[in-house]
Amino acid sequence: MNREDFRSSNTKDPETIEPELRQALANFKSSVDAWSDAAMSRPREAKVQERRNWGLISKWALGCVVFAGTVTGAVYQNYRQAEAAKAEAAARAAEHERELAAQRVKEQTAEDLMAKVDSDISREVPSALEPLALMTEDENSSEGRKR
Amino acid sequence: MIKVSAEEIAAQEFESVVVSHRPQIFRFLLASTRDVDLAETLTQDCFLKAHNNWSSFRGESSALTWLMRIAINLQKDHWRNRRLQFWRHTRTNSVDLDEASEWLPSGERSAEQRMLAKEQVARVWQAVENLSERQRTVFLLRFVEELELKQIAESTGMGEGTVKAHLSRALARVRKEFGERQ
Repeated sequence: MNREDFRSSNTKDPETIEPELRQALANFKSSVDAWSDAAMSRPREAKVQERRNWGLISKWALGCVVFAGTVTGAVYQNYRQAEAAKAEAAARAAEHERELAAQRVKEQTAEDLMAKVDSDISREVPSALEPLALMTEDENSSEGRKR
Repeated sequence: MIKVSAEEIAAQEFESVVVSHRPQIFRFLLASTRDVDLAETLTQDCFLKAHNNWSSFRGESSALTWLMRIAINLQKDHWRNRRLQFWRHTRTNSVDLDEASEWLPSGERSAEQRMLAKEQVARVWQAVENLSERQRTVFLLRFVEELELKQIAESTGMGEGTVKAHLSRALARVRKEFGERQ
């Protein structure tokens, strides 16, 4: 089909279309008419349309999210505080233990030192009965010499 | 008192327009959408809009072409919104082509004639399905509503030459559909 044929076939007046196509178009119109008449005269039911108030739903959803977030945050904060308090108490107890141990070590050292000093002094200084013992020893030796 | 009676007259005029043109508007929208519920909704919207603007209708064109123009614009708006809100309503109630072709007037025809008519109607529906939006509108206004080219031009806001060109292309498509199947 050249351009001229195409133009002449396409610019045909609708009234001059071929009989078969005209019949098809008439049937098409009759079909649409019948469908339209049937649809217009059908009994109509009042449909209760389920209306969803998306604004309200989104507000509720947002409220729930905020509430859940607040509760979760509070619970988490509480948990963290408890954990921190526990850790602090443990640290304090450990510190106390360390202090006690250090004190014990210090006391032990002092006792050891005192014991050492005592033992050193006891070696150098005669005991309270020592002179008497020496005297007794001296007397025994002089009597023997007299005999 | 005079004002009230003028309003009454306008209301009566509008009522007569609704009674006389509602079937045509509904039929055009039904053929365009193949969806009975949508066609009803758009028809209601069309007459609501017409009622709201009835005072601005000056009768420069016929009431039918004025109403058709409103209906065409509403239909365009509907498809535009639907494209934008595809996530909201993904389901369509449009009947398929076979179902649309089932409708035939209950005349005194033989079974063979009915079969032939049904086949022809199915072919035309198939061709209409493949038309562009403008071609479809022009085709339906011409061959279903049987409007004149001038009326179609007024209804669609196109020039008569443009209407003629769209109509020719639409007819060529229908011819091609018939030619391919024969």
